[in-house]
Formats: sequence, C-alpha cells, structure tokens
Amino acid sequence: MSKPRLTREQIAARAALELPDGAYVNLGWGIPNLVAGYVPRDITVYFHSENGILGMGPRAKAGEEDFDLVDAMKVPVTVIPGAAFFSQVDAHVMTRGGHLDVCVLGGLQVSERGDLANWRVPGAKGAGGIGGAMDIAVGARRLIVTMEHNAKDGSAKVVKRCTYPLTAIECVNTIITDLAVIDVTPQGLALREVAPGWTADEVQGRTEAKLHRADAVPSIKIPR
Amino acid sequence: MTPRNKIYSTVDDAVADIPDGASIMFGGFGGAGFPNNLIQAVARQGAKNLRVISNNCGTGDGELGVLFKNRQIRSVVAAFPGPGAKYFQEQVDASEVELELVPQGILCERMRAYGAGIPAFYSPVGVETEIARGKEERAFRGKRYILEEALGADYALIKAYRADKLGNLVYRKAARNFNPIMATAAATTIVEVDEIVEAGGLDPETIVTPSVFVDRIVQAKGQRFV
Repeated sequence: MSKPRLTREQIAARAALELPDGAYVNLGWGIPNLVAGYVPRDITVYFHSENGILGMGPRAKAGEEDFDLVDAMKVPVTVIPGAAFFSQVDAHVMTRGGHLDVCVLGGLQVSERGDLANWRVPGAKGAGGIGGAMDIAVGARRLIVTMEHNAKDGSAKVVKRCTYPLTAIECVNTIITDLAVIDVTPQGLALREVAPGWTADEVQGRTEAKLHRADAVPSIKIPR
Repeated sequence: MTPRNKIYSTVDDAVADIPDGASIMFGGFGGAGFPNNLIQAVARQGAKNLRVISNNCGTGDGELGVLFKNRQIRSVVAAFPGPGAKYFQEQVDASEVELELVPQGILCERMRAYGAGIPAFYSPVGVETEIARGKEERAFRGKRYILEEALGADYALIKAYRADKLGNLVYRKAARNFNPIMATAAATTIVEVDEIVEAGGLDPETIVTPSVFVDRIVQAKGQRFV
C-alpha cells in the first residue's frame, strides 16, 4: 500500500533532465521552483522571471539581499553574467509570444488532451490568484507539469477531463509525477517511465485517464 | 518654450487632487517597485471608493494594505492579490470589495494597448477558461482567441529609481515591473523616485520611460515594506 514514491526533490531532479543546454526556462511555484537546484552541471540554462529578469541566478546569500532584485515569489535572488532586466510587458511578450523554450508549472489536474488546471481548488478559501500561469501555459514552446500523481485524498490528478477551473487547454507536453513520466501525444497519454518499484499497471490503477504504453516501461532513473 | 514644472516638493502635494471614486494604477510586484510613499500619502489624503488596478493587493499593512485597512478601495483589478493581502481578503470575503482577476500578462498588455491608443485586441490566453466568459471569441489561422479590452486609469502611481527634471525615468533591477507600462496608461502619472537630476543628467540611451508619459515627480526615498 505504502510503496515509496518519488520525493518532491526527486520529481524536480527528474524534470531538470528535460532541460536542454542553453534553454530559456520559466519555473512556477512549488515543485517547479526546486528544479533550479538540479540543473546538470555541464549545461547552462537561462531562467526567466515574469517580473522582468532573464538570467536569474541562485537566491541571494544572507546579508547580500537586494530587495529590488526578487523573483516571482518575492525571494531575493541574484543574476548570472549576461542577465537582462525589462518590464512586465516584455516579460510576457516572452511567455505568451512563444519565446521561452521550456516552462515548468505545478498542477492540480492535467487531462488526457493536455488541459491544465493549476490556479484554484473549487471551494477553497480566499480570492485565489492567476498570476502569470495562464500566459506561461499558453505560450510555452514546451510545457512540463510537475506534481504529485494523486491528491491527498488519493484521487487521480491525471484525468480524462479537468473538473477544476482551467488554466489553459491543450498546453501540457509532459507530466512528471512521483509515480511516472507521461507524454501528452495526439493519440493520448503515453507512459514513458514509472517510479522505481512500481509497475505500469499499478500506475494506471492510480490514474483516471488511459495511459498508452509499450510492453516494458523503464523505471525513472533518479538523478543524485 | 520652457518645460512645465512637474516637480512636487512632497508626496502629499502630489496626490492632493485625487478625488473620491478615482481609478488608480499602482506599480510594483513581489515587494519591489511599489510607490510606498505615494500610497502612504493617499492614505493620509483619504480619497474613498477608489478603483484600483495593481498586480498585488498588499502585504499586511504594507504596500496597498493600508488603503484596504482604511476602507478606501471599492474595486480591484489584479492578477495575484497575494497570500499576505489580509485586509483585501477579508473585504472580498465580505463582498465589500469587488475583484476582477486578470491573467498577469493580459493585465499589462491591456494597459499597453490603452497607452498605445488600441481599444481592444485578440489574445490566446484564457480560451475555454472562466476568463473567457462573456468575451467574443474568434479564430485566426485555425487558432482560437478572445477579445480583451484596453485598460486605462485616471492616475498611475509609480516608483522609479531616478528622474530628470523633465520626467525621464530609469528603474532599478526587478523594481521596474509594471511601472513603465502604467506610466503610459493613465491620464495623470505621478512618480516617486530616489533621486532627481538635471535634464541631461540621464543617458538618453538608457531612459526607460520618456518624459512625455510623466506628469508629476516627487523625490521620496526611504520607505519600503518587505
């Protein structure tokens, strides 16, 4: 019943392997934000922040914070050589205009045609907020969603049709969860990898949407 | 012809004429680039029933928080009010403040359109989502788009790093964010800056907001909420 699943850090580490050298990349809140810590050492990627930074570096060290230089989560950050600052409009020319190579967002539900719901749980308290998620989801050349495979109550988050408020339709290319790597294809969802110790049937049993798969599905190689 | 004098000696003078019911854009994102001294002046000035356009809705008493705390705001257009927007959340929950949630890139693009004299534009963002409700949909080259209307305001209250006496502006790092766009989309743009220099004191190659967009300049260094 309680076979180990990937940790949030391991999901992020697996997602980092999807980033090509030289890519321009936007990371959303939550697990996606952890991806920056797992970029392979032999490649360089240029992180975009929707408040007007391209070439964002790691968090600022304690005592070296500049509160005019924060990421989209208000965290003081740094920039790498070759960074640029620009306005929010230009930041979203980059997102919506299809200029970013890879975007990684969190998810509440992903459907079999690649619809994403990630900004509001129905009935949740508070006004909620869309932020830049809709612009990013619509415009990303390649959109990866990282999330837990199942909600806290065990319900499937990879579904036939999203029932939560949508972020964007037909936008997700790849889903990376604590149980699987799944590609969204014109034929439906294709199970690319499963978590170590899990079978394709077991993963299908925790997924509402149909997963197409080869006879043998390899295990996720968890990077260290 | 001598240039208009745009320089105000205090933030209170700069916002003194804002009437009840005015629409106001406020720059800032994630703690950076908020015109905090102008916001405090609006709180002291006391205009009510304000219609606010801002990405965020305050952090506790900070940033726009004080204007909600004082119940000066009637409605908000925002992309991400924020988990720290305590007074805003209470007033939305109690239906005392109206909220229009807008995707962030569309929020600033609507301002850009207004400033550029474009009344509306088609956008791919929000198709088949609740954002599309009530909006015209149209296909171009086989893709679906919705019609978004331009967004302007009576005032824009913004923060820049340095101004010259004509109102040319430069910003600092990620504190630029919404500020230059809002400067173009309001009837009256009021900027607070750390420093004012003589005309010619800024390199024309580096100016982000040209002076034509700026009506009032006030030097107000210091106050910042993190």
